[in-house]
Amino acid sequence: MTAPTPSIAETRPAAGPVDEIPNEFLTFTLGAEEYGVDILKVQEIRGYDTVTKVPNAPSFIKGVINLRGTIVPVVDLRLKFNLERAEYNEFTVMIILNVARRIVGVVVDGVSDVMQLTAEQIRPAPEFGGGINTKFITGIGALEQRMLILIDIERLMSSEDMALMDSAAVH
Amino acid sequence: MSNIDLSRFHRAFFDESLEGLEAMEAALLRLDVGQADAETINLIFRSAHSIKGGAGTFGFTAVAGFTHLLETLLERMRSGQRQVSQADVDLLLRSVDVTRAMLRAADGGDAADVDAVARLGAELEQALEMKPAAVAPVAAAAAAAGWKIRFLPKSDIFASGNDPLRILRELDRLGEARIACDSQSLPALADAAPETCYLSWTVELRSDCDEAAVRDVFAWVEDECELEILPLPADEGQGSKEAQPLIAGAVPQPHPSTEARGAEKPKLKLVEGGKEPTQERRSGDAGSIRVGTEKIDALINLVGELVITQAMLQQIAGNLDPVLNEKLLQGLSLLDRNTRMLQEAVMATRMLPVDAVFSRFPRMVRDLSAKLGKQIRLETVGEGTELDKGVIERIADPLTHLVRNSLDHGLENAVQRIAAGKDPTGTITLRAAHQGGHIVIEVADDGRGLDRERILAKAAERGIPVPANPVDADVWQLIFAPGFSTAEQVTDVSGRGVGMDVVKKNVQALSGQIEISTRPGQGTCVTIRLPLTLAILDGMSVRVGDDIFIVPLNCVVESLQPQAGQVRTLSAGARVVKVRNEYLPLAPLHELFRIRTDAPEPEAGILVLLESEGRKVAAQVDELVGQQQVVIKSLEANYRRVGGISGATILGDGRVALILDVAELVRGYARAAAA
Repeated sequence: MTAPTPSIAETRPAAGPVDEIPNEFLTFTLGAEEYGVDILKVQEIRGYDTVTKVPNAPSFIKGVINLRGTIVPVVDLRLKFNLERAEYNEFTVMIILNVARRIVGVVVDGVSDVMQLTAEQIRPAPEFGGGINTKFITGIGALEQRMLILIDIERLMSSEDMALMDSAAVH
Repeated sequence: MSNIDLSRFHRAFFDESLEGLEAMEAALLRLDVGQADAETINLIFRSAHSIKGGAGTFGFTAVAGFTHLLETLLERMRSGQRQVSQADVDLLLRSVDVTRAMLRAADGGDAADVDAVARLGAELEQALEMKPAAVAPVAAAAAAAGWKIRFLPKSDIFASGNDPLRILRELDRLGEARIACDSQSLPALADAAPETCYLSWTVELRSDCDEAAVRDVFAWVEDECELEILPLPADEGQGSKEAQPLIAGAVPQPHPSTEARGAEKPKLKLVEGGKEPTQERRSGDAGSIRVGTEKIDALINLVGELVITQAMLQQIAGNLDPVLNEKLLQGLSLLDRNTRMLQEAVMATRMLPVDAVFSRFPRMVRDLSAKLGKQIRLETVGEGTELDKGVIERIADPLTHLVRNSLDHGLENAVQRIAAGKDPTGTITLRAAHQGGHIVIEVADDGRGLDRERILAKAAERGIPVPANPVDADVWQLIFAPGFSTAEQVTDVSGRGVGMDVVKKNVQALSGQIEISTRPGQGTCVTIRLPLTLAILDGMSVRVGDDIFIVPLNCVVESLQPQAGQVRTLSAGARVVKVRNEYLPLAPLHELFRIRTDAPEPEAGILVLLESEGRKVAAQVDELVGQQQVVIKSLEANYRRVGGISGATILGDGRVALILDVAELVRGYARAAAA
């Protein structure tokens, strides 16, 4: 049976063109860094609860959870981004994302807040030496002392090395 | 009326018209040329008629015009003026196709294929002009002076919004109409109800129009009147002057031409204005309603959730003191029963007879056998077998491929068949039956069978890997390889080599299995086994390490605790279990799924013997937990396919458990054994 589509996916406004950088971001922490993702891709935020392991999946895929009757895969972004610390404590949260018509949960160290960035506050992403994860960075948000790494979460989640979708379904 | 309203009615019109076309098609295929059954012709006529009426109402003039021609031809058949010939049936079938294409085009807002419509329209017109040799005697009169029409509206005709006066005016437009009104049943003014029709009319229409044109005028009141239409003999038409020309029925005619009517009586053929058909249609409507599948799916999902919640309650209640909580526990067990019944009832709403797919094949077989110059008969068995609508929709294409294959490659032409000492007419049998929790669909033909040598040669030519010393079953599996096609020449019927691998993929996507059995010179049978529904599964829950897996119960043969010495090692990583006199490959799930377990040795665990596609394996698990019905959830909706796993479900405690893909597991070991 098909899973019920979450109502949020229907009510949110249509996303603009791909290269247009959104201006409202949900910020979260992974280790020492702060990241931001397009708020319109976020469905909800939940505490971390038990996942069911999926056999022979890469280590950063923690498994699947039951999200009100829908089976949702959970990715630990800390493991994916090769951060050393990946402890599970009471602050560990899951951001439930709605990307590429799918629902995916990501585990992060903590969610900070929702921030509005103007075009001037967004700097282009610096050129790194071809690191696999840097191609998903759309820019750097500069806010006084803080630095936000803005991620194109949709592209990241649908990328082949996330192994979240069958290769045929990858856009 | 707003646009939205109109388009909503359009939807219903298209749905009904397409259904009507299907009914027409089925009836046409049933039609016995030479002795056409009146009821069948009526049915075809009625379908065409309703489409025409609807098309006219909604302003699809092209459709209305075309179906009018169709209707005219059918009317001739219905009235016995025209014998039904094979050419007519072909023409009508093609007209059905064209009408369908026009409706689809109109539905999609596209332009119809005007050329095809015009071409067939011309053919229809030509067919209408042709006077077949065996014309019923009435037909001679049809060419005569005109028509004599008895029109007896029912007393409540005004209630349906119809006005006899309008009809009489239209008749007058067709030619010179002499209208006589019969006002005998008109009561005294004081007793007359203003909304009741007491009048009836006799019309002598002098016109060269055909009967269908006359009948058309009465199209909207068919159900509300008694109607007699007779050809008017040339002399009588001139002679009967006693009928006064009256356009409006307002002036009573005290003495209707009684003697004329009396004289006509024996000749009158009573056409009951479509009374029976209406009843038939109405009873069909009353028995069912149209509901969108998404509504039903939402219902099924909700019931699935309810079952999970219910299981959760049951689990919690298991810890309660049965004496102190007697009433609560009673209530819960009642809830359990009701939930299951509700679930079954809801699932049943999605079940359709497999006839929904089978019904498309008579036409296909007929057309293709004509094209291929073969004589082929199609037999269907078990059309009433029900299965999930989702399965039906997704099995249609694979079945079509299989039937095409049988038609094109499987069956020989008549000459070859006679040479082989067989009935010149080949038979394709479609058979559906329930078998346990599965439905089994067979596509069988009595053709030449698969040719082992040709398949092997073709596989070598196409570079398809062939196992060494292949047994027959391995050879037949080769035809499922991508890019394999054994037809000597590529035809437009089949033989592009895209068929069989797609068929297999589709069947597997439905967690079904496909098998071929064949005997040279006697035929081929392709068997598809499918789960009845994609939503519910009887499962056995097993524990491996800390994880729970669900094993489909219909795959479980038995479970046992192995004794020391029962498990033998063949080579590194390959072990077998001796169960009675069989040696089965051992599948330790903790190794396959890389799960840490405290008891890795088979003797410490439980072996569950699983069977699929006729092969068995012994799966090693730590513990059997229980049996339960589970609602199958897709892993692929948000994630991807996982090797060895066919789906997921939600356990009573809200956790997710994965469902074992037994077919894949067994195949994996079969491949390992073959290598």
